[in-house]
Amino acid sequence: MPQFDPATFASQIFWLVVTFLALYAVIAKFAIPRIEEILEQRARFVQEDLDRAAALKADTDTAIATYEKAMAAARNQARDVMLAATIELKKVADEKTAVVTAEVGKQITDAETRIEKAKSEAVGSIKSIAADTAREAVARISGLSLDAAKIDAAVGAALKDAR
Amino acid sequence: MAAESHGPMHQFELQRWIPLDVGGLDISYTNSALFMTLAVLATFSLFWVATRHRTMVPSRWQSVAELMYEFVGGMVKDNVGHAGMAYFPFIFTLFMFILFGNVLGLLPYSFTFTSHIVVNAVLALFIFVAVTIIGFSRHGLHYFSLFCPPGTPLPVAFVLVPIEIMSYFIRPVSLSLRLFANMLAGHVLLKVLAGFVISLGLGFGIVPFAAVFGVTLLEIMVAVIQAYVFALLSCIYLNDAINLH
Repeated sequence: MPQFDPATFASQIFWLVVTFLALYAVIAKFAIPRIEEILEQRARFVQEDLDRAAALKADTDTAIATYEKAMAAARNQARDVMLAATIELKKVADEKTAVVTAEVGKQITDAETRIEKAKSEAVGSIKSIAADTAREAVARISGLSLDAAKIDAAVGAALKDAR
Repeated sequence: MAAESHGPMHQFELQRWIPLDVGGLDISYTNSALFMTLAVLATFSLFWVATRHRTMVPSRWQSVAELMYEFVGGMVKDNVGHAGMAYFPFIFTLFMFILFGNVLGLLPYSFTFTSHIVVNAVLALFIFVAVTIIGFSRHGLHYFSLFCPPGTPLPVAFVLVPIEIMSYFIRPVSLSLRLFANMLAGHVLLKVLAGFVISLGLGFGIVPFAAVFGVTLLEIMVAVIQAYVFALLSCIYLNDAINLH
């Protein structure tokens, strides 16, 4: 077997050492730094993108927060305005209601007075008509001519009882 | 002689292409040295082509280079941890050297320098000595506790410690023999099967030809796996030296 020929060992070991050292130089001084540079550059690129995305997200969050704050303020303001308007309207309505109520009350009172007056007038007329009718009836039935004052008193008493 | 020189073992013979003699030591430039040189040039070319443009989205060759870097880097980080990254260039060199030695050797008429035990033995012994030095320099005499894991009952230790010591010293032998045997067996098998193709001729020769095809695929796999195994075991030994248990 050629593998066990010691005459070749020195040459093999010598060139193994030489080529292995050369390859070590190629790997350590050339291949690894260049590949690491590529990988670092890529990692940096990706990191920059991620950082930019994070910054944009922060900006968006700030914008949303500002919007939310403005929205809340506007909402509060709107509620205040509405509350004030409601109070104002209620006041106006109350005032108008009071005026109208007073007016209507007065009209009712006037009407009641008028009705009372008409009623008493009507009752007065009833009295005189009743008295006349009574005198006529007495005169026709009994042929008596009664004193007008007496008849009036009797009719008045009867009406009072009827009421 | 002609028949013997083209037998299955002929492919492993070294040819002294450029005879060199330094102080009685024969360091001739041989076919073995040529393929070692080719492994260096192939690795250099791969990384030169791959990292020429340095694009954000990798080209095909660039992704191959990045894949190899991350594969070996991941292997070192997973097995040795962050302290082991100092030895990452060495493990990467070892992996690329053996990988190209194995793969280039599969080309017809080429030479597989990893099929020579002396090459593997030098690599394995270097790793063994380096790991032992790293272990003692990091842990001092405490490194001896590698042979006796903490919590071992005393009676067991009497059996365990000799076994551990033996397995420690057998490491360079198993490491170099594994690669040597795999490369030798594969290449002999390919050569023998290919010889059958010639002797059986165009008719029945198709059967060993199909076998050569299959074994070649298998050998490509073996070439890659053995490079990986060599580098992985080096990482595991390094882990013992750096992290002890």
